[in-house]
Amino acid sequence: MAATPIVEIHDVSKRYGDGPLVLDGLRLDARAGDFISLIGPSGCGKSTLLRLIAGLSPVTGGHLHVDGRTPDQAAAELAFIFQEPTLLPWLTIARNVEVPLKLRGVAAAECRATRDRVLELVRLGDRASAYPRQLSGGQKMRVSIARALSLAPKILLLDEPFGALDEMTREHLNEELLAIRQSQAWTAFFVTHSVAEAVFLSNRIVVMSANPGRSHTEIAVPFAYPRTEATRLSREYHDLVAEVSGLLRSVETTPA
Amino acid sequence: MSKRTLNILLPAITGALFVAIWYAVRFSMSEEMRFLLPTPGEIIASFQANGTELGRAALNTAEGALLGFLFATLVSSAFALALSVSSLVRISFYPYLMMLQMIPVIIFAPILVLWVGPGLKSVVVITFLICFFPLVVNTTQGLVSTDRNLVELFRMYRASRPQEIFLLRAPAALPYFFTGLRIAATLAPIGALVGDYTAGSSAGDGGGLGFQAIIYSSQAKYPALFATAAVTCVLGFVFVALVLSLSWLSLHHWHDSYERTDN
Ligand SMILES: Nc1ncnc2c1ncn2[C@@H]1O[C@H](COP(=O)(O)OP(=O)(O)OP(=O)(O)O)[C@@H](O)[C@H]1O
Ligand SMILES: [Mg+2]
Repeated sequence: MAATPIVEIHDVSKRYGDGPLVLDGLRLDARAGDFISLIGPSGCGKSTLLRLIAGLSPVTGGHLHVDGRTPDQAAAELAFIFQEPTLLPWLTIARNVEVPLKLRGVAAAECRATRDRVLELVRLGDRASAYPRQLSGGQKMRVSIARALSLAPKILLLDEPFGALDEMTREHLNEELLAIRQSQAWTAFFVTHSVAEAVFLSNRIVVMSANPGRSHTEIAVPFAYPRTEATRLSREYHDLVAEVSGLLRSVETTPA
Repeated sequence: MSKRTLNILLPAITGALFVAIWYAVRFSMSEEMRFLLPTPGEIIASFQANGTELGRAALNTAEGALLGFLFATLVSSAFALALSVSSLVRISFYPYLMMLQMIPVIIFAPILVLWVGPGLKSVVVITFLICFFPLVVNTTQGLVSTDRNLVELFRMYRASRPQEIFLLRAPAALPYFFTGLRIAATLAPIGALVGDYTAGSSAGDGGGLGFQAIIYSSQAKYPALFATAAVTCVLGFVFVALVLSLSWLSLHHWHDSYERTDN
């Protein structure tokens, strides 16, 4: 399958203002359907890279194409899931999920249908009329996922979405995310500090090094989807987690 | 004892104590000085004697206060929207807003009377001037304090500037807006009273509470003066109660200040 990459990152560099180089000569091509995890030391530019792909910030050098266009032109194909649920506290769950649809001017009837569908997807159909403060952290994160999926994006950018949750909730949400992915064809860029999470979710893991941020090593994760609890218990899974952890440690201790 | 009972009982006890002290002070005064501190009974009696007069004056003052308050709310909201657009705009206007607040309204009242005419118009303008500052400052603060992440979210979905303002910044600013509104609600009746005191007139509407106070003090009707103060108090309570209910209606679903603490 040598299709053209859906995201092309070619020798991309980035600096904020006249600050130091944050990203340097980054190369990464994502094929449609890839689930790419980005891990690396704090400050190596993972969030920055997602912001570049999202078109929230311009690249300094090199080029970056999303779906054959500039990130700005491809905005409609992109959705961002932040570390915080970032829900509008004055809106019900249902209205929160409708926000992107409203901003895009989707008609009311279609808006409702889509909202119900994605809320069902994250199993929160029965909480549609609740307000965010009535939900648990994990539930709020699921609303955030539902909202991101409401516009049927081709590319999902996730910046440590489960970082603030306890391990049990995080594992549940990991499985849910993969289950949703079975029925939808998005490509994901997933930033995380958890190696286990990266191995469980992705088919590719990019380990980045800092000062300036570079792609250090890429690891292919060979396990077939769908992945389940059984995957987490397998020997291969544990070996790979250990290998990637070792790699990450070596990157973190190497002086720049 | 339930919290509800305490909520009623405790203020009632304080109130009774207060009235007791009031009587004690009064009867410790010498006979000829007692007129300076009428008893609550005398004040209530003067309510009956001057009821129609006071009622009409209260309505006039309430009208001035309400109009000034509403005007100030509308204009300050529009102004705050303009100020929130850029920090440059804020920097250019802030010193003058401060000045507006520092200017003692009383000094300009006589000129104001010449400009807009005595009576209701002057009262409305003075109330407006007194309410404007807390409203504009709080609302502007609210409009520029929007959660960075939410702004980023709206950018991500390429929201237009009006969408960002009306779907995000304005609702997020509501708690700040209501803080300003609460302050303005306590100021409005006082503002209208001061306005009426300095620029009120018996012409046309027959004046408000401030004007009535001038008349009563010139006639040495002290119980009636106390009654006027009491009516102003009630007016203030009504204003604050209105704003508090509005605030509750629009915030209690979602804002932390109305978080139910189940115990
Ligand atoms: N808006 C900005 N302006 C200036 N510098 C920035 C900005 N955002 C990030 N940086 C700098 O860019 C570098 C990379 O930041 P980034 O947030 O991308 O790192 P990260 O890999 O996501 O880190 P973490 O794992 O801690 O989230 C840091 O040195 C940071 O100080
Ligand atoms: Mg980050």
